[in-house]
Amino acid sequence: MIRRGVSKARTIAAALAASACLTAPALAQGWEPTKPVTLIIPAGTGGGADQMARFIQGLVQKHNLMKQPLIVINKSGGAGAEGFLEMKASANDPHKIAITLSNLFTTPLGTGSPFGWKDMKPVAMLALDQFVLWVNTEAPQKTAKDYVEAVKAGADRQFKMGGTGSKQEDQILTAAVEQQTGGKKFTYVPYAGGGQVAVQLVGKHVDSTVNNPIEAVAQWRAGQLRPLCIFDAKRSTYTAKVTEKEAWSDIPTCKESGLPVEYQMLRGIFTTKNATPAQVNFYVDLMKKVMATPEWHEFMEKGAFNQTFMSGPDYEKWVANADTQHADLMKNAGFLATQ
Amino acid sequence: MDELNALFGGFAVALSAYHIMLMVIGITLGVVIGVLPGLGGANGVAILLPLTFSMPPTSAIILLTSIYWGALFGGAITSILFNIPGEPWSVATTFDGHPMAQNGKADEALVGAFTASFVGAIFAVCLITFLAPVVAKFALKFGPAEFFAVQFLTFASFIGMGRGSAFKTVASMCLGFALASVGLDGVTGTLRMTFGQDELLNGFKFLVAVIGLFGVGEILCSMEDGLKFNGATAKLRMDAVIRTWKQLPKMWLTFLRSCIVGCWMGITPGGATPASFMGYGIAKRLSKNGPNFGKGELEGVVAPETAAHAAGTAALLPMLTLGIPGSPTAAVLLGGLLIWGLQPGPLLFVEQPDFVWGLIASMYLGNVVGLVMVLTCVPAFAAILRVPFSIIAPAIVFICAIGAFTVNNAMFDVWMMLIFGVLGYLFNKLRYPLPPLVLALVLGDQAESSFRQAMLVSQGDVSIFWSNWLCGSIMTLGLVMAFWPTLQTLRAKLTSSGPVARAA
Repeated sequence: MIRRGVSKARTIAAALAASACLTAPALAQGWEPTKPVTLIIPAGTGGGADQMARFIQGLVQKHNLMKQPLIVINKSGGAGAEGFLEMKASANDPHKIAITLSNLFTTPLGTGSPFGWKDMKPVAMLALDQFVLWVNTEAPQKTAKDYVEAVKAGADRQFKMGGTGSKQEDQILTAAVEQQTGGKKFTYVPYAGGGQVAVQLVGKHVDSTVNNPIEAVAQWRAGQLRPLCIFDAKRSTYTAKVTEKEAWSDIPTCKESGLPVEYQMLRGIFTTKNATPAQVNFYVDLMKKVMATPEWHEFMEKGAFNQTFMSGPDYEKWVANADTQHADLMKNAGFLATQ
Repeated sequence: MDELNALFGGFAVALSAYHIMLMVIGITLGVVIGVLPGLGGANGVAILLPLTFSMPPTSAIILLTSIYWGALFGGAITSILFNIPGEPWSVATTFDGHPMAQNGKADEALVGAFTASFVGAIFAVCLITFLAPVVAKFALKFGPAEFFAVQFLTFASFIGMGRGSAFKTVASMCLGFALASVGLDGVTGTLRMTFGQDELLNGFKFLVAVIGLFGVGEILCSMEDGLKFNGATAKLRMDAVIRTWKQLPKMWLTFLRSCIVGCWMGITPGGATPASFMGYGIAKRLSKNGPNFGKGELEGVVAPETAAHAAGTAALLPMLTLGIPGSPTAAVLLGGLLIWGLQPGPLLFVEQPDFVWGLIASMYLGNVVGLVMVLTCVPAFAAILRVPFSIIAPAIVFICAIGAFTVNNAMFDVWMMLIFGVLGYLFNKLRYPLPPLVLALVLGDQAESSFRQAMLVSQGDVSIFWSNWLCGSIMTLGLVMAFWPTLQTLRAKLTSSGPVARAA
């Protein structure tokens, strides 16, 4: 038993040593990491960003893509502010990378936490996560247009929209939809996670959701939920049948079904602010290797992701643009922190 | 009996030397993870998840669920021996488990806890085997109002449980609510009570508070009592298993109640932690040994452990059938399923029968293997108490500090843990009960979000809690539980004041 105690202590000591190293000031780096790389997830375990980060970690390990290990840590406090503030504080440590969600843009605006994307160095966009407007299959509305008409015809706040978190992507998208409903608002009900939101819709506790594809695909296939439209400029490129009759590509865009709203969520990688171009390039190459694996393609298709890859100035421009867009959307919806 | 055929098919998948080996490895790792405060089952599974990507899905889930069983078993060990709950769901186990250890009955408490865990898990697995589709439908009925009703019932079943004044219980609970409200407000998406401090963004994490309040607080109290463990001198006897098992059959009603509470909480999904508190609360209220709870009653160990394990197991059901995780560990497993290319949800049972039934069969086997493993180690666990206090106490404080650090990888939490340790000591000295604070800290923010979600849905109308039979009956039961002590006092006053009045 004593021996067991010692081995426990040793494991922990190793973990401690590893994290202690990470906070030490970084030496000038060449092309490769000299110690374990930490991948910070500014979200909780089990969510979309967490799944993707752990998947990347598994691929790096399985295909031996990096000499140093990749350590994944969840820093979800304050709607992700904890993780981003840590990235900001370790500007000189290139052994840290972060995976981002839309909370990179929404959290500083909504909570007043002092950080922004400029406190980090963009590495690469891995994909864009889609949003789909879902209703229960028992709902009478068959198209997005029907649904918008129903909301317009109903009382203000009669229709309930379920979503993940508050003043984050789901509620922002809801606010954007509300601009098309003739002044009628939704009652937005925030839940802790996307899976829970889908189940609340199956149980008819809300009237619609804007779940990501992967969060609601199981219920779609089981015939419990109906997708009305996808918030992208073009239809999905995945043509394989997901349900008996339909593929992701069969879902019309919201624009073509009379709801001109577009929104996608960034799944991208950032490193710390003072990383050198060589260091950024290392991570870009690493991500390219990850994205070349067959497992990655399978993962993308399962979640119906928009596989847009960007790095360098293109990516930076995209991020800057998205930042302005979010600021506008949040300002219009009155979601800005009051300080 | 399609289910039975499918289950035997599942046993054929799970019963291979390779899979049994994975179970043994998984349970050993799980016990270690469960013993270490702060590491936790969810983190343990998350760390090991990437290792399983190259395995076939069935083998991978057998390994990971075995870690989960191991962690459920292991959480009880430190709770009983040192009053340090390694996992949130073991807090209720400390209430009677640690006093038993102080009375020299550590081995009995351990055997009781392990056996109870096993019974709870098997009950829940049987439920999953035969009732999965029905149960899954029932879980869909739970909206915000229903969730709040269940959480309210948990709090209500706790009021009046303390040995001291009911006002002290309420005061302690309110402090817990206050601590739980620090950090991000999930409903408005704004920060509150963080006072501009980045460290407070995360709020007060339950584990940090518990490690401090219970673990460090206990060490401080022991130091005052003379630098030794009570009960350390108890003789080590090898017949602990038989001795304890003889006492268990007469507690069948407690087992049954806790199994039902646990399965209910696991499915709805309340999770193992509230289930353990509720199992303890109900047993204390309804068992005839109830008044002795808290002084080292075996039934007080059995009740929360059975409920926690039943809930932990039942929590896998909504994950498989609905794709919503019933516990943090289930959430990580859910991510794993997706990565292995399996789609949890209503069709999983139809499309992947080999996987599902292999998993269910492995739940039976994993728990049997786990029970045998931990029972054989009981004398070894109990012997730890014989190590001199001056050696073990610093080791415990050290492990607690590491545990607190690992929760968020932040030094701030270690200082918080020490402050909570002093608070725990003061609570002990001033005879304020700790459990209500802990309960409020665990469930406070969930109950708050459910309440506010329900208020959003009903546009501020409280009658939503009585809008259907399910929600209404749980709420009414909760109110009865909450005012039960008051009613009892009133009745006692009436009956005792009766004769006095007549005499006057």
